[in-house]
Amino acid sequence: MTRFLLSRLWQSLVLLLLVSMIGFAVLHLAPGGPLSQFALSPGVTQEQIERIKEQMGLNRPLPVQYLDWAGHLVIGDWGKSFRDGQPVLVVIGQHLSATLQLMVSSTLLAVALGTWVGVLGAIRRYSLFDYLATVGAMVALSIPTFWFGLVTIYIFSVELAWLPAGNMYTIGDGSLLDYLHHLIAPCLVLGLVTVAIWSRYMRSSMLDVIHQDYIRTARAKGVPERVILWRHAIRNALLPMITIAGLQLPTLLSGALVTETVFTWPGMGRLFLDSLSYRDYPVVMGILMFSAVLVLVGNLLADILYAVTDPRIRLD
Amino acid sequence: MTDKTGTPDPWTWARGIAALRQPQLSRRGFLNLAAAGGAATLIAPRLLRAQPAEPTGQVIAGISQEPTVFNPLMLHIEVDEGVYFNIYNPLWGVDPDGNFTPQLAAEIPSVENGGLSEDGLNWTIRLRDGVVWHDGTPFTADDVKFSLELTVDENFRSARRAGHDLLTDITVVSPTEITWRMTQPYAPYMALLASTFIVPKHIVEAAADPNDSELNTHPIGTGPFKWVNRVAGDHIELAANPDYFGEGPYLETLVFKYIPDMTVLYTQFQTGDIDYIGLQGITPDHFAEAEQLPDRVVMPIPQPFIENIGFNMGKPQFQDLAVRQALYLAMDKAAIIDAIYYGLPKPAESYIPEGNWAYNPDLPQHEYNPERAKQILDEAGWVPGPDGIREKDGVRLAFTNSTTAGNHVREQAQQLLQQTWREIGAEMEINNLPPAVMWGDYWMMSEFDSAMVGIAFMVGPDPDTTDYFHSQSIAAQAGAGQNTVQYANPEVDALLEAGTVSVDREERKQIYYQQQEIIRHDLPYLPIFQYAMVEGTKAGFVGYTPNINVRINSWNASEWYWES
Repeated sequence: MTRFLLSRLWQSLVLLLLVSMIGFAVLHLAPGGPLSQFALSPGVTQEQIERIKEQMGLNRPLPVQYLDWAGHLVIGDWGKSFRDGQPVLVVIGQHLSATLQLMVSSTLLAVALGTWVGVLGAIRRYSLFDYLATVGAMVALSIPTFWFGLVTIYIFSVELAWLPAGNMYTIGDGSLLDYLHHLIAPCLVLGLVTVAIWSRYMRSSMLDVIHQDYIRTARAKGVPERVILWRHAIRNALLPMITIAGLQLPTLLSGALVTETVFTWPGMGRLFLDSLSYRDYPVVMGILMFSAVLVLVGNLLADILYAVTDPRIRLD
Repeated sequence: MTDKTGTPDPWTWARGIAALRQPQLSRRGFLNLAAAGGAATLIAPRLLRAQPAEPTGQVIAGISQEPTVFNPLMLHIEVDEGVYFNIYNPLWGVDPDGNFTPQLAAEIPSVENGGLSEDGLNWTIRLRDGVVWHDGTPFTADDVKFSLELTVDENFRSARRAGHDLLTDITVVSPTEITWRMTQPYAPYMALLASTFIVPKHIVEAAADPNDSELNTHPIGTGPFKWVNRVAGDHIELAANPDYFGEGPYLETLVFKYIPDMTVLYTQFQTGDIDYIGLQGITPDHFAEAEQLPDRVVMPIPQPFIENIGFNMGKPQFQDLAVRQALYLAMDKAAIIDAIYYGLPKPAESYIPEGNWAYNPDLPQHEYNPERAKQILDEAGWVPGPDGIREKDGVRLAFTNSTTAGNHVREQAQQLLQQTWREIGAEMEINNLPPAVMWGDYWMMSEFDSAMVGIAFMVGPDPDTTDYFHSQSIAAQAGAGQNTVQYANPEVDALLEAGTVSVDREERKQIYYQQQEIIRHDLPYLPIFQYAMVEGTKAGFVGYTPNINVRINSWNASEWYWES
């Protein structure tokens, strides 16, 4: 296990280095820059833009800029946002909690609901429920989130006035109830797609399992159906889901761009898009590195959990 | 106003006015009023409603861009200024009529009151006494001196140096008096100071790097509202400053709420989550619906921005005046405005917005006349080639047109132009780019062929346009400025220089009238229309006063309140 972890750590570091180099190069080589948003500001001259570029160190050769940035990163200095001058980690931290709240609640909902729908669909294969669930999942996966979000707002906020039209909370209120009220719509909209994905995976995984010999053996031995389902089938069917969960960890923290936009949720997805469109290099690079680490950690966790839950797998 | 299509005049504000329950007003009468800034008075008939004795209530202003720069002297974008107007003060402001109103200065300097010397070189500013910063420190002439010097500090990412760099001998005479000399007369400086917010010396000076002072996270000003907090990516909250020296504030809390998507912004206005829909406003396609909303007042607000097609005159296709004239004649302006912009904006002939004192109303009116366009090109020797595209001396009348990619409204306008220009033998290819690319070197260093762009050409409310039309302002030719179309006309250069030297408004008016005639003739830019942004408030929201002389309409939030 230790050897496994060490080698994974080594691989990860190399990977992170590559990601940072490629990301940095692509970002900086893309035309435009953080100062072009000021081009149409009154009284701004090219000379002034050049001077500020110089001050910000943006006209140095790219490798020099990279080494400067990476050198600071290694000692824990992620730099400061070009937009509001805040340290990158502070900026990420400010948006991370909003994203976490939304993603965790919608994922919990999706996993619970998706597992249930998937299992039921598998054991009652080709029943009316299964058909409805299949069609429902297809529809949920094909609906553009943007449209679905707006329709939800239109029906439940504009027409019925049951739910707020987005935002995390009412400014000046801030009670838990108010917050939960605001969470319902984005959580459902985001969760719906995940339910669809999760239920499909769960259904096929479950179908695999219930046609295995050991299930038939259990039945032949007269083990009650309920015990077969819970002790033998679901436990085994959940195994591949660990990988999927691990792979979803990064999306959990990188946010849901579209949902966050429609529901004015100040999360990581919005931050990334805003930072990218303003060419806020330090923040974009910060988010990139942050996500890369999450991908690696997510994969590692999935592998380890796999080994823990399935005694047939040994990590060496 | 010639209107060739016979559709209603786009400037018909009748619907907006009806919502305000005003007595009947003839269109001409209204236009005069609007020109005089009277629209403001219509919208806020203050005498009828009483302001609250104590600051009460809250206004949430919805905006589609996020303010992020809070030191007002640093490089910023217009949305940031909405916050500045409420936290900080300039020496004087500018009202919707274009008059300067004293803020931190006790009076507006003039030759009559001795504040300005005859030649416009020596300035003496008397400051308001007893003003304190939000942290309780007294405001003095030292803060003014510090702020003016900061704008030209080499190490500071200054929003604007041009103009401020003409100051010498800035002297603090007493805590309430400051004087300076200018190395040359610069008439727009008055207007420039109206958007130069004064920052607290003791706060900025305490920072090792002026770019990184406390103001970036916790702004301290002299203005009507104090900073409470900012939730990054979401909103900024301000609270009433009880010690404010000027009128108001009447609101207890003012919130700027960032809602990036325009459709969502409108929806939140519909549901009442925001009380005022500000910057970027209601999209034209929602305008008709918005007017029907109960308990909402919605109106198109003229903006100082002019939508143009800019020709890069460094390219051979555009050096011939005949080409620019023909393309203007072949532009179906009415179709663009009515079909694509829902008839909201008003057609423009000048680069100066209507309502400004220097606006020349007598410029020749555009007509859509493709036949005449063809004739002009024929006469100038542009002969159609085998593919129908005209040529002259080996130059094909083919070019690209660029603007910010993803702006669907503009794309439609481009497609319309593409069609009508194709009919007269000019080939336009649409080449839109992401904003960071479009407005980078591609625009600044004149790498484009032609561009569709909305520009506020003036220096704030001052009609000086040296930055855009002087031959020394071409960055691609080592000049300092934004003359990205590379327009060079010695006559215009002379007028621009004369205009900045004169301090007499009547004399300057004549100069700028003449300049507008020349630009209208030379057509480095084809003016399309003057922007109107549809803004709206909840009913019962009093004091909202659009002001074309500032860049954002939350300039007077200290005077906002709710009808009780």
